[in-house]
Amino acid sequence: MSPTGDHDRAASARAGFRAAFPYAAVGLVLSMSFGILARDSGFSAEATIVMSAIVFAGSAQFAAVSILASGGTATAAVAAAALMNSRFLPMGIALGPSLPGRAPWRAAQGQAVVDASWAMANRGDGTFDRWFLFGSTAPQYVTWIVGTTVGALGGDLFSDPSRFGLDAIYPTFFLALMLAEVKDRTTLAVALVGGLVALSLVPAAPAGLPVLAASLVALWGLRRGGRPA
Amino acid sequence: MTATIWWTIAGCTVVTAIIKGIGPVAFGGREMPPRAVGVIALMAPALLAALVVTSTFATGDRWHVGAHTVGVTVGGIILVRKGPLVVAVAAAVAVTAALRAFT
Repeated sequence: MSPTGDHDRAASARAGFRAAFPYAAVGLVLSMSFGILARDSGFSAEATIVMSAIVFAGSAQFAAVSILASGGTATAAVAAAALMNSRFLPMGIALGPSLPGRAPWRAAQGQAVVDASWAMANRGDGTFDRWFLFGSTAPQYVTWIVGTTVGALGGDLFSDPSRFGLDAIYPTFFLALMLAEVKDRTTLAVALVGGLVALSLVPAAPAGLPVLAASLVALWGLRRGGRPA
Repeated sequence: MTATIWWTIAGCTVVTAIIKGIGPVAFGGREMPPRAVGVIALMAPALLAALVVTSTFATGDRWHVGAHTVGVTVGGIILVRKGPLVVAVAAAVAVTAALRAFT
């Protein structure tokens, strides 16, 4: 990768910021329902907000809180969260080569990975625009904390998000991101097989593992000798 | 319960940071061989497809089809036909909510 100038970096970050707005809006609603769920599960408002601020991983937070609410141990809750977040492992491996600097600094930059930002910062040729990644994660982080705070402090506007059909938002967003990735027969085949692998593992594997397993389908790329998808 | 909650938060924070940090530490800042680049380029379609199907056709550890499955399908048709993202999402939400209201 050639080094980019300050102007390019700012432009990338701004583009990422703008592109992330719909995701930030969805995050606001989801985090509100997380705030409500956590309070109902015995979390204090402080604990609820702190969790969103320092964990910042939606599905993992929901999984951990649900397990505590059903009487599970902290170990079980953390294990479930780790499995939910296991998809960030292949995402981080893919992103790694695009991050400059020493190891601790690269690890810090890697914390900016969330699903939508990672997918949008992906240039599709095996490299990532890290400034786009930072720019798009920023508004999502802000709304995640704002929504959690509103939910934790008693907002009950969306106490049952499914009643309003809000649970259809996330899959539709992911579908849009996925369709943007499907550019040819190879990417289409990988998407179809990845989806089938995940779905077939749902009844057999703990939540989170099916998605991780789907990333193995990308090893198909070994056969292609590096032809950019 | 309070101690359990804080231990859970601390644990989730540490495992999330480690999981997100492993890739950048192990594979960061260097040119990858072409074959590895080919694998990286295919990660997004594989992972995104998995997220779509598990959030559309499953709940927890079982297959589950419901109103939101229909809603997401309608949104998907709009996206495939090059409709705007906002319209697709609005349609997905409206169809899901309507089906739940009338069934």
